[in-house]
Amino acid sequence: MTGKLPFDSVVAEHGSTVLRVCRAVLGPADADDAWSETFLAAMRAYPDLPADANVEAWLVTIAHRKAIDVTRADARRAVPVAETPDTAPQIASAPAGGADPGLDDDLTDALKHLPAKQKQAVAYHYLGGLPYSEVADVLGGSTDAARRAAADGIAALRRTLGGPGSGPAAETSATGAAGPARTRTSRSTSTERSAR
Amino acid sequence: MSSSDLARDLIRAFPDDPGHLARLHGQLAAAAQRDGILDVAYRTIDSPVGPLLLAATEQGLVRVAYASEGHDAVLQALADKVSPRILSAPGRLEAAARELGEYFAGDRRAFDLPLDWRLSAGFRRAVLSHLPDIGYGRTASYSAVAQLAGSPRAVRAVGTACATNPLPVIVPCHRVVRADGSMGRYLGGTEAKRTLLTLEAAA
Repeated sequence: MTGKLPFDSVVAEHGSTVLRVCRAVLGPADADDAWSETFLAAMRAYPDLPADANVEAWLVTIAHRKAIDVTRADARRAVPVAETPDTAPQIASAPAGGADPGLDDDLTDALKHLPAKQKQAVAYHYLGGLPYSEVADVLGGSTDAARRAAADGIAALRRTLGGPGSGPAAETSATGAAGPARTRTSRSTSTERSAR
Repeated sequence: MSSSDLARDLIRAFPDDPGHLARLHGQLAAAAQRDGILDVAYRTIDSPVGPLLLAATEQGLVRVAYASEGHDAVLQALADKVSPRILSAPGRLEAAARELGEYFAGDRRAFDLPLDWRLSAGFRRAVLSHLPDIGYGRTASYSAVAQLAGSPRAVRAVGTACATNPLPVIVPCHRVVRADGSMGRYLGGTEAKRTLLTLEAAA
């Protein structure tokens, strides 16, 4: 008995985390493709994965590569004008399965405009739940560099969302803006992951 | 707003979406099938003998399991013995589910499905391969089956073969009973055996 779980259990356990990471890094429109490519590649390689491997880190690593592939494919498909940096004003239509209005929109929007490395570090650490040492393995570079990229990313997000010191006021308005979304269910389970 | 608040808000900005994930899962199963890496597909069906797990390789139906066997344990055993590339993928089990539905409705007397026998070997497999010879609605004793399999004295081994049948219902080990006519044991429980024999007697 090898004890390796049926791949279906891997999808059940990590599917939502990988989707969250893909959405954070690529935005909702391309996230589905990256998710599908990630799990298809993972399933192909799964029988050879060492039994003691960290499955989540492995999946995030694959997702990272697939996200790069998707980004490159987009770039090839795009008309020359699209050479403008990521910070170009986004198209208004919110793709299906996208974020909530209010705070959530502000956050996903702010995230989208982070430099790639910061965005990836934030996504893999805070959404993927990887320790910085593993974020570093995914991104290449040192653990310190990964930690710094995530910290810079978080600082930039905080600046975009109202900055430090604007505490209670920002909190209140943000909460108000996100009001309708609070009725949404199935969030608490994922919150625990971020505790790492 | 602290870092941990922001991290929490980040996760909240990308909420779980079970319906969307289910669609992605379905697409993954289709892509895996297309690419030839869906080594084992499974689904469960409801039946008069409780929920049945059905699993198939590309060769055919490889496993039918009663709830009493523990479906998670059965899937883990499939991962260990066949391949861990297992997905819930109802498509490949469509014919099996349909034929079983017809059988339980009393509208089908024999199954016409490709079977993958890899979970049974040697004498056990020889025994099981003879069981469809016991016609629908009939029974045979363990010793009669031993004779059918060409080893009249291997009565106990016939019992073991039946108890480890990877394809119950489809391969009718429920039709093997004691010489005195009493039902004897059954891997799905005696109640399930009674249900199947009653169903076949009535149809």
